[in-house]
Amino acid sequence: MNLRDTLSLSFMTVVSYRTRSLLIVLAMALGVAAVVVLTALGDGARRYVVGQFSSFGTNLIIVLPGRAETSGGFVSAALGQTPRDLTLEDARFVGQLPQVRRLAPLNVGVAELTAGGRLREVTVLGSTAELLPIRHMSLSQGSFLAPGSERSAQVVLGSTLAREFFPDGNVVGQRIRLGDSRFMVSGVIATQGESMGFNTDEIALIPIDYAQELFNTSTLFRILVEARSRDAIEPAKAAIQHTLKLRHDGEEDVTVITQDAVLATFDRILRALTLGVAGIAAISLAVAGILVMNVMLVAVAQRTSEIGLLKAVGATAADIRRLFFAEALWLSLAGAAIGFALGHLGSLLIRLAYPVLPAWPPVWASVAGVAIALITGILASLLPAARAAKLDPVRALSGK
Amino acid sequence: MIRLSAITRVFHMGDQEVRALNDINIEIASGEYVSIMGPSGSGKSTLLNVIGLLDRPDSGRYELDDSDVTSLSETEQARVRREKIGFVFQAFHLIPRLTAAENIELPLILEGVAPTERKSRVDVALDAFDLRDRARHRPAELSGGQRQRVAIARATILRPAALLADEPTGNLDHRIGAEVVALLEALHHAGTTLIVVTHDRELGARAHRHISMRDGEIVGDEK
Repeated sequence: MNLRDTLSLSFMTVVSYRTRSLLIVLAMALGVAAVVVLTALGDGARRYVVGQFSSFGTNLIIVLPGRAETSGGFVSAALGQTPRDLTLEDARFVGQLPQVRRLAPLNVGVAELTAGGRLREVTVLGSTAELLPIRHMSLSQGSFLAPGSERSAQVVLGSTLAREFFPDGNVVGQRIRLGDSRFMVSGVIATQGESMGFNTDEIALIPIDYAQELFNTSTLFRILVEARSRDAIEPAKAAIQHTLKLRHDGEEDVTVITQDAVLATFDRILRALTLGVAGIAAISLAVAGILVMNVMLVAVAQRTSEIGLLKAVGATAADIRRLFFAEALWLSLAGAAIGFALGHLGSLLIRLAYPVLPAWPPVWASVAGVAIALITGILASLLPAARAAKLDPVRALSGK
Repeated sequence: MIRLSAITRVFHMGDQEVRALNDINIEIASGEYVSIMGPSGSGKSTLLNVIGLLDRPDSGRYELDDSDVTSLSETEQARVRREKIGFVFQAFHLIPRLTAAENIELPLILEGVAPTERKSRVDVALDAFDLRDRARHRPAELSGGQRQRVAIARATILRPAALLADEPTGNLDHRIGAEVVALLEALHHAGTTLIVVTHDRELGARAHRHISMRDGEIVGDEK
């Protein structure tokens, strides 16, 4: 019997046992679809997080006060030493390093915003003009804090704040009050939404000097540093650590983290997570494979006399084996194809429902899902096919 | 030409040995019309199965058309069975999913005949067995006589030299049975060796050679 006839004969068999075939194909399809959809979700989450980090800025180094390592705690505690504060002067020194393109010192606090008879608590960010390019922000109206004009009392509002306080849209040039100080609105940040925990739509941005005055502090919350290039990130990090150590009397009391390190960690965690869910989904595929085996074993038992007849009209053991093998292959092939389509449809629905989540199924997962379906289907058919081929035709014909 | 020498077939039922065939020696020439009769358990079906290469004897030698087929591999035996032997069973053994035409086509598919030639040969067979208007029907939609006609068409589609029938009329009423017998005898007249295993004395008597069996041995062989 040639390949084409084997395939078409077994296909007819698959079609004629409609309910049985549909159920087994469904089980297989769900397994494949689960692999595709779950990996799409996992990978989508990974891309989402990575995207969030990138929107935060590129080649970013973050300097924060305080030490991350534990060492000799007792001595410093006994001497009453505390980590030195991070100051604007520190920032100025860091800014002079050759590996640094630009930097923005950052202060964060909460203050009461009043304007036009309205009042609201807002998150106030104190920084400089450099923050705009470092954080990849853009303005929808007006201008940002002017460079070198840190002493002028300007404020840039998030889009939600601008809309709430000035519903008529006439924002730029308006006067507002933050705490006890008066500011003039110079611009509005374009809608960006949530980004690394800060909702830029609901912040007020003022020059760093005013922020320190407002919160009555001389320390900085963070220094955001942009390295000259990707390759300059590590040298810049070392240089910053060195500079600040010198300035802080040899004490390493700042933590310098690079976005790449954080990003790489998240990337690793989420990749592992994706692999984990893919593995769980693959188990359901293996179960579907066992189902195929069960169904094929039942088929051999049901069609015993038919197998005997095939032998009587001259089918070889190999013919019989190939027929059952092809039947299982059709079932797994249909399951894999439908599952692949279902999985991609599911991913599409997720993307439509949650546009922020780029839930694209990774190619490797689609390929692996389909491949596992076919392989388990094929493996599962070997035993039943061998059993069918081995049947003694005389006994098979008498239905024993 | 079928020649069995010292054929023995032993079945094991628990710890008991049953000699279904005990030292069988017969020769059946091409074109003969033979009936094999005997009580249940006499070994007549086992003899037919051995002749049809469905069953392997435990000892002895079987020559078909002057070549030893006992020593052939399973695959070679399947080919011999396909090309030289046709089976007709009491229970018809049609495949329920396939139409009458597809059931008849089955040996051609196994033989690897090209689809266009398959179709024309099946068409000829459908006409010869008066099944033209039943071609697209499944076995469940056919009468007993029609089913056995499909089975005979299938058994003869590769023009085998020998047709082996095991109780071919056992599931049919008298009138339809007579029609089936007439068909088989027509094939015999066209030159096919016809071997019929039956309980039915009337059918057995129609053959030109009568072999009687009892307890795995041939007790009578008359022409």
